[in-house]
Amino acid sequence: MKAKCKECGADIEVPDDALPGEIVSCPDCGLEYEVVSITHGKVELKLAEDVGEDWGE
Amino acid sequence: MAEVTIIFDRLRWEEKELYEKGKELGLDIGLEDIKDRPLEITRLEMVDGISEIVLQRAISHYRGLYYSSILESMGHTVINSFVASLLCGNKLLTTLLLAKNGIPTPKTSVAFSMDSAIKEMERMGFPVVLKPIVGSWGRMIAKINDREQAESILETRELLTDPQQQIYYLQEYVKRPPRDIRGIVINGRVVATIYRYQPDDDWRTNIARGGKAGVLNADSELEDLMVKSAQVVGAKVVGVDAMETDDGYVIHEINNNLEFKGATEASQKDIAKEIMEYIKELVRK
Repeated sequence: MKAKCKECGADIEVPDDALPGEIVSCPDCGLEYEVVSITHGKVELKLAEDVGEDWGE
Repeated sequence: MAEVTIIFDRLRWEEKELYEKGKELGLDIGLEDIKDRPLEITRLEMVDGISEIVLQRAISHYRGLYYSSILESMGHTVINSFVASLLCGNKLLTTLLLAKNGIPTPKTSVAFSMDSAIKEMERMGFPVVLKPIVGSWGRMIAKINDREQAESILETRELLTDPQQQIYYLQEYVKRPPRDIRGIVINGRVVATIYRYQPDDDWRTNIARGGKAGVLNADSELEDLMVKSAQVVGAKVVGVDAMETDDGYVIHEINNNLEFKGATEASQKDIAKEIMEYIKELVRK
């Protein structure tokens, strides 16, 4: 599945087995998106959250 | 209704792996993005669509922590529990518990003002490691070599708005090889151990900072210390960090918010499967 980057317009390849919540990156500008939903082969993305101070181990 | 719900806020490699391995084990798994799921905390009943058994996998410490406290109050069983997450997520509380239970850990002091922190560092002897009480991925951890550095770093910390940044957790700088050790402990059993080698340009070993994982076959002394460490904080799925010193092992950190991609590759152990096998035991009890 493909989606367009809102920042630079490049094609973002989303794997067929992607799950909502997963992160995909624009191959050109590196912007990160979160998969919102996948319905009938159409993928909806939103901008991913910035790294938080309390993230990670 | 699914048999187990994995709660998350960012689906990383680890969460996908847990989901896939759980499915292979025949578990019916639900995924819940807690960013999109507010909870009514005065309605004390199990939350619709979230299983009784919950695997807490939020990348954000505070989201995971408070979501766990709510779900436990509603009658869910959360792995790791709210209390375990609270204790592991706070270095001061972890160190107190390790010391109290006779588990060797680096000498540590806590100071409550900049002036007393500097005096305490001078008493301890430089270098001293300054760590945020709540912090992750090795961020804002500083190795302070002398009084001058101490003053400039603490002056900066004094300017930060989070009051926890003015509680100074000071730890002796442990003389160790250029690596530390990570053990993965699941339900009281060490399932994998690895070395974490520091990168050429950093003294910290966090994989998130470029540390490299390497193979380690742990001896029983180390494994026993790791199991005991997990036990004192009440954590069921946890990463225990150790260092090798001239006087034996010391335990310096316990991580409830476990990342295990590097450890999986280096140890060749299927850590996600081990975690989900434990979850399956809970579900089928």
